[in-house]
Amino acid sequence: MTTTSIVTARRGPFMRRGGARWTGWLFLAPFMIVFLLVLVAPVVYSIYLSLFREQLIGGTSFVGLENYALALGDPKFWDSLGRVVIFLLVQVPIMLVIALAASLAIDSARLHLSSFFRIAIFLPYAVPAVVATLMWGFMYGTRFGLFGNITDAFGLDLPAPLSSNWVLASIGNIVTWEFVGYNMLIFYAALRVIPTDLYEAASLDGAGAFRTVWSIKIPAIRGAIVIAAIFSVIGSFQLFNEPNILKTLAPNAISTYFTPNMYAYNLSFSGQQFNYSAAIAIIMGLITVVIAYVVQLSGSRKVGRA
Amino acid sequence: MRKHSIIRWTGVAMAAALATSLAACAPSGSAEDVTGATADEIAAALQEESSITVWGWAPQLEPIVEAFEEKYPKIDVKLENVGTGNDHYTKLQNAIKAGTGAPDVAQVEYYALPQFALSGAFADLTGFGAGELEDQFTPSTWGSVSLNDGIYALPQDSGPMAMFYREDVFTNLGLEIPTTWDEYIAAGKAIHAANPDAYITNDVGDAGFTTSMIWQAGGNPYVVDGTTDVTVDFADEGSTKWADTWNQLVQEDLVAPISSWSDEWYQGLTDGSIATLVIGAWMPGNLESGVPDAAGTWRVAPMPTYEEGVAAAAENGGGGDAVLEQSENKLVAYGFLEFLNGEEGAAIHAANGGFPSTVADLESDEFLNYESDYFGGQKINEVLVQAAKDVVPGWSYLPFQTYANSIYGDTVGQAYASKSDLNEGLAAWQEATVKYGVEQGFTVNGE
Repeated sequence: MTTTSIVTARRGPFMRRGGARWTGWLFLAPFMIVFLLVLVAPVVYSIYLSLFREQLIGGTSFVGLENYALALGDPKFWDSLGRVVIFLLVQVPIMLVIALAASLAIDSARLHLSSFFRIAIFLPYAVPAVVATLMWGFMYGTRFGLFGNITDAFGLDLPAPLSSNWVLASIGNIVTWEFVGYNMLIFYAALRVIPTDLYEAASLDGAGAFRTVWSIKIPAIRGAIVIAAIFSVIGSFQLFNEPNILKTLAPNAISTYFTPNMYAYNLSFSGQQFNYSAAIAIIMGLITVVIAYVVQLSGSRKVGRA
Repeated sequence: MRKHSIIRWTGVAMAAALATSLAACAPSGSAEDVTGATADEIAAALQEESSITVWGWAPQLEPIVEAFEEKYPKIDVKLENVGTGNDHYTKLQNAIKAGTGAPDVAQVEYYALPQFALSGAFADLTGFGAGELEDQFTPSTWGSVSLNDGIYALPQDSGPMAMFYREDVFTNLGLEIPTTWDEYIAAGKAIHAANPDAYITNDVGDAGFTTSMIWQAGGNPYVVDGTTDVTVDFADEGSTKWADTWNQLVQEDLVAPISSWSDEWYQGLTDGSIATLVIGAWMPGNLESGVPDAAGTWRVAPMPTYEEGVAAAAENGGGGDAVLEQSENKLVAYGFLEFLNGEEGAAIHAANGGFPSTVADLESDEFLNYESDYFGGQKINEVLVQAAKDVVPGWSYLPFQTYANSIYGDTVGQAYASKSDLNEGLAAWQEATVKYGVEQGFTVNGE
């Protein structure tokens, strides 16, 4: 025993010096390896790709930042970006308000069968986006779909959901349907951890249900709201599955550059323009980071004020 | 058949395709260079233990592969369905770019063939003796696989266009079956006037349909000279003829705004609110399986023409199979191709609902005299085989046709959506196509 401890003691300082340098990294290694492989490497490779131009005739040449200049002057790119920004400004608030209302209703304990409502609202999230979109695409049919049946039954003359002017709203409807439950669950989880003595104190002070919601519950879950908003912002910028699947039903209403992701995808896989596509992807990544960061900043500033 | 599944599953393959995109960009390596072999060498290779990989989605491939393996037990054929149409071409293109991972044999539609052939991805089969097979196939399909003095695929099926129509709709309204496009438009007006929910056909714009229709009209918008010189001209006589005719149908709301292969489309074909389809000869099988409730009501007639009594048709869809330049087992791959597309394979293909490209099958009495119950006992193949013979010669596709087709909706589709002049839509398509061609290093006329 003694011998061992002496040996350890003697070796100790040396070990500690080396350990300080490497032990931390060792613990980080499993994460770092995966992080480097699946996150950093593709981004670096995309940046590398975006500096070249490969042609079907003439091969590959180094073009520096030319692809980026091209993208910034590309009306199709701005068109697609503008579309997802409109989508973001309209769809995300609607979705989050519905999710918030649903979570507050379930949390209020005034609903019968609240666990049934919870699972019912959450269920669409469990439906794969591809299936959900195919299903909605069928319902949107003006002649034989549910939409057609309803307009026929009531003699209404509504614009077709998949026409050029309405297709973005129709996609917003699908996305809202898909993700209200998910956001509701985030809010509901946050609501459950609010200490109940706050409610007791509020009711002693004479606060009604709505006052409690406004002054206690919503401020308390602001962090969750910011998180949900950031996820939704990123989701909007990455809009792809829904329009890409609906394109088969509405080929003229949804262009190949309907959203930035669709544009990048079509450049790559229909046009073999991998380099330009990589430049578009990097630009979109940067824009998403900036906007998500702005949302986060404005969210935390409000927390500070409160 | 093909589009139907493309449409449904495009989304599914996205994530995977995006994930593999990066890996796909490595420089291409070169496989062992085999440019030819004698029939004896190929026969000998087929008796040695080896395996090949085949990519394709045609339902007839499976029974053909089984028959091949039975005949050549030492060859192991791995048949893989990596997607339909565009998904398949995307994966193929990625594997070609990566330099490894491509199959030995791949199914390819005629419109996509030049893209792979001219870029050197497919092997020229001339050295393997493919030239001797010319007489076995119809001139139009053979013309589709021979490019630049090379033979880059063997034809499997073909899609000469014909007009499929609802006999009940025409009889009830007392309408004659249209033989010219003018009569077709008149019938369209009569059908729509009798029932505002009924249309003579559906059309929201489709690149394959448009190019086939221009083909029939005698247009030649794509001219390819060598491998790098391309002309795009949608202002030529044939293109304009088609656009002017079709403008009348689109602008007067005489075509149903329904995408082909959608649920609404199948319902329209079932209840007769879509009265005709001008489409490839591979359609009967799709009608039988997709529109079973309308059995007995459909018939087929030659497609309407611009001039009374002057028969003209075009190919719509159809394709063959090619050997990849990357293949390291080209002898066996070619041996398989000869089986697949030759006599034995063609017989199995036809027996499984395919429309053949082989002269012997097209002219066999059994095929011609086949009375289809679905078509009320009509000898449909007589009409379809005649269509194959009436295909207007001289058409070619671009060496980047899959891309050009992908942007059709952005250009011609917009003219459909706004019911404006299709000629302008074609001009926009031309402009975008030319721009891409120039960016890709082609010498393009047509700006």
